[in-house]
Amino acid sequence: MGEERIRVIESRCTLCRKCVDVCPYSCITIQEESVRIDEACCQFCRACQAVCEPEAIEIVTVELEQVEKDAYKGVMVFAEQRMGKIAPITFELLGKGRELADKLGEPLSCVLLGNGMKENASELVDFGADIVYLYDSPSLETFREDSYTELISSLAKEEKPSVMLFGGTSFGKSLASRTAARLDTGLTADCTGLDIDENGNLVQTRPAVGGNVIATILCENHRPQMATVRYKVMERAVRRSGREGKVIEKKMPEKLLDRTRVIDTVLEEEEDQDIEDAEVIVAGGMGLGKPEGFKLIRELAEALGAAFGASRAVVDEGWAPRTHQVGLSGKTVRPRIYIAIGISGAVQHLAGMRNSETIIAINEDPKAPIFDIATYGIVGDLYEIVPELIHQIKELSTRTNFNSLSH
Amino acid sequence: MHGLNVVVCVKQVPRLEEAEIDFETGTLKRKGIECETNPFDLNALEEALRIREKLGGRVIALSMGPPQAEEVLRSSIAMGVDEAILLSDVALAGADTLATSYTLSCAMRRLGGHDLIICGEKTTDGDTGQVGPELAEHLGIPLVLCVQKIEKIDEGGLTVQRAVENGYQLVESPLPCLITVTKDINAPRLPTLRGKIEARKRIIAVWGVKELEEFGDRSRFGLEGSPTKVVNLSTPPQPKKGLKMEGSSSEQAAKLVSKLKDLGAL
Repeated sequence: MGEERIRVIESRCTLCRKCVDVCPYSCITIQEESVRIDEACCQFCRACQAVCEPEAIEIVTVELEQVEKDAYKGVMVFAEQRMGKIAPITFELLGKGRELADKLGEPLSCVLLGNGMKENASELVDFGADIVYLYDSPSLETFREDSYTELISSLAKEEKPSVMLFGGTSFGKSLASRTAARLDTGLTADCTGLDIDENGNLVQTRPAVGGNVIATILCENHRPQMATVRYKVMERAVRRSGREGKVIEKKMPEKLLDRTRVIDTVLEEEEDQDIEDAEVIVAGGMGLGKPEGFKLIRELAEALGAAFGASRAVVDEGWAPRTHQVGLSGKTVRPRIYIAIGISGAVQHLAGMRNSETIIAINEDPKAPIFDIATYGIVGDLYEIVPELIHQIKELSTRTNFNSLSH
Repeated sequence: MHGLNVVVCVKQVPRLEEAEIDFETGTLKRKGIECETNPFDLNALEEALRIREKLGGRVIALSMGPPQAEEVLRSSIAMGVDEAILLSDVALAGADTLATSYTLSCAMRRLGGHDLIICGEKTTDGDTGQVGPELAEHLGIPLVLCVQKIEKIDEGGLTVQRAVENGYQLVESPLPCLITVTKDINAPRLPTLRGKIEARKRIIAVWGVKELEEFGDRSRFGLEGSPTKVVNLSTPPQPKKGLKMEGSSSEQAAKLVSKLKDLGAL
């Protein structure tokens, strides 16, 4: 099966117009100094080719690059590990991956690369994987662009998964992008929704244009269909000990390309809680008005045993560190309680926290968009309300301590 | 020593703070929207200029987009780049990250002789961060993502700090290679007046399919070469309005404290 295609080799074309004049179907025009042939009306009569002296018109029969979709089956999740520990994003990918695999009626597999990680591999079965492919080697201890890409893309060529999911992390994005380009397929970044349609295609949704719209994206004619998902966007898989599944230990190829070298890994000692894992977050925005205002945010966070977060503008001003930025260009969070103080609620910020279970907003402007998504709102002067709040919380905890002492 | 040939990929993006959405069609209202250079690309340009100041060589800015994207290349010249090339052609339009990175790789091949390619970590409009790494793959060169500092660079290679979730890795790579840079790497310079005048005068080369087809397969450009298709745009669901707490500051605080108790936060 083939299809005829006609095209102009522009570097040869002299714009002599002979083809335009000879075409019996009038489907050749000159636009912006180049010849355009409307393939939809072309009958491939070859009249133009006959009159073209510089042989600039080419008709080729192309094999339809329709991949045989049926050959691709199942969902494959990349299990990210850092310093020998499975990164939490992996369990969220397994949660979503299981759901997609069940809808397709096909298996869920998982691929783990690392050093001395056999036990972790079987743990992935408990979290929903039917098959875990394990590459275990000292050279795979930490993420390497070249070798990881090579192993993952060869495995994808061998096993032909229909869907591949990666974490939207520093490593995951790098690996997913390189792998997609090598496999010549589509990749959708930071999906917030993934589903299967009636044709078995992966339906990918993600915020676009700064979170103003939600785009639905399909990758119909290429396989695998690849997507990255940010941490804390999907629900974590539930662990079920004793699930059936197998770990397949893959042999390392004898030679593996590896051009970059990791000399050192420097992890910051986080004195403050990591905001992505926090149950409660107190976040401050430009409504604070001055750098000292952020102290209030930290103070309230401390009183609640919560983490603190900040809007992009606050981070850009240097009032809070970038690791605490919530929003489209910062981190995505879904805590149980998110308290937004002096945050008006630009779409970019909302995109990073709208999935929080309970949202509490404190803002002077009753029309601030943050109130549109807040579960509870307080309109007023934050410099009056927040100190009062801290005071009452502290009083409450002293009383509780006193009570517990007296019992 | 002749220095390094550095190519920086830049993109024109709409200023999103000013963007308005046409809720009828779910698309961006193009009319009256101001465009700017993708902020992350300014850091990429700055880093390239610093490398030239240190080692000598040339900096080329490359952009793909509609004819008006020429504007970001003029700004790049005003900042100090030596040469600017625009990839613009109707047949290149509608490209997803795979087709975009493939087209850029054809332009890199036509240019030849690049030692280092620098891209911004991501763009503020597409926000995928995929074009840089996919470009590295099409060219078959090493890649280091999210560089927050270049520790050492010479004609043999570079050592960089690559940002990871809670820290960084020190990574060494030979040249040629591609890096993407974060906003923390530097503070981009402003264009000088002399630079701006120079930028007005310069003629910017525009390459289309005609110039690129020799270096690749044209069926992999534009919409035709894009495996992913946007099939629908919708506005995010409007959530239900919440409960407002009224009263004096201390009453409001008291109501909130009691809610926090109910929610188990206290």
